Amino acid sequence: MTRSLTLRPGAPGARILGFGDYRPRRIVTNDEISQRVETNDEWIRSRVGISERRFAGEGESVVDMSVAAAGKALASSGVLAQDIDTVIVATCTAPAPIPGLAPEVAHRLGISAPGAFDLNAACAGFCYGLSTAADAIRSGSAENVLVIGAERLTDWTDQDDRGTCIIFGDGAGAAVVAPSDSPGIGPVVWGSDGQQSRAISVADRDSFMEMDGRAVYRWATTQLAASARRACELAGIDISDIDAFVPHQANLRIVDSMARALKLGDNVAIARDIVSAGNTSSASIPLALTGMLERGEIKTGDAALLLGFGAGLTYAGQVIICP
Amino acid sequence: MATTEEIQTGLAEILEEVAGVLPADATPEKSFTEDLDVDSLSMVEIATAVEDKFGVAIPDDELANIRTVGDAVSFIEKNQS
Repeated sequence: MTRSLTLRPGAPGARILGFGDYRPRRIVTNDEISQRVETNDEWIRSRVGISERRFAGEGESVVDMSVAAAGKALASSGVLAQDIDTVIVATCTAPAPIPGLAPEVAHRLGISAPGAFDLNAACAGFCYGLSTAADAIRSGSAENVLVIGAERLTDWTDQDDRGTCIIFGDGAGAAVVAPSDSPGIGPVVWGSDGQQSRAISVADRDSFMEMDGRAVYRWATTQLAASARRACELAGIDISDIDAFVPHQANLRIVDSMARALKLGDNVAIARDIVSAGNTSSASIPLALTGMLERGEIKTGDAALLLGFGAGLTYAGQVIICP
Repeated sequence: MATTEEIQTGLAEILEEVAGVLPADATPEKSFTEDLDVDSLSMVEIATAVEDKFGVAIPDDELANIRTVGDAVSFIEKNQS
């Protein structure tokens, strides 16, 4: 006879109640980078669409930035730190592999003994985290979940390599996810292509990030639109009813190319946070969303299509209803 | 099967759309990077558009060997089925 176990009842759905971000103090312009490597402002803007990015310094570790972004998300959500029971930190730039950062982040926020772990799906990390949070809430494993995307990519970037140093920046973004009778986080569409695992990689602890820009660009602009459409379909929302498109901020040309491929209307708000933040990997989507909400480019109740993609290669997309 | 002339015209249209190159400038001897200011990511976009238009896939390693407009035309000509 097959033995059977009891499961906990979960919530019908999950919903994001608040976003928060942290942008490091130091702004690095294209002109500053041009003093170090052979490049210039016009070239960087036309190739990747970045005007400036932030570099983390003293007091801005991955944990520090996570705590700051999460504190802001908690305040915006109205959920108390003591009511959070699960903390997920999506990052691929932890200073060391042991320990994971989530327990310390939780401790510094005054969250007592939550389930806490780091998640590495690189630039898709925030979307993987969001999906994991929503599923944990629906299955009864968690009640209120903090999902953070935080990166210090500059620690792993060769500032003399003009192929990468113009692109990457630092920062953190966070979301508070809570149970809801009406689902506000749609089903995730995720996947990976491990055959291209070397397309974006750090070879070992003494190496810097290396990227085959051409391969990543081709993959992102040809393979991912179908998954974005599928995420809308699964969420029961026509793509023409999407109010905002918030893809990972890898390169402005990828953002624009995806928006074209999805045939999004002029009324759709498209995240272009990369212009002032650079590529911040797992932090880019919550950073962009927080900025868009603060500037009123998106409002409460809007449907936003998120699409994370990057090293792995990994991708994940879902539709969310904005808090 | 597209003729050489049709390929040239089709490629010029792609170049105009992707990289803003005037069709009159897209002559066979022109180098994409040196004469037409087409960068590596735009080359990927061109390769994708070529595949849509002519059904000829240009993988990244082949793309690296295509230097001029003429190289691209002969690659498409040779590989179309």
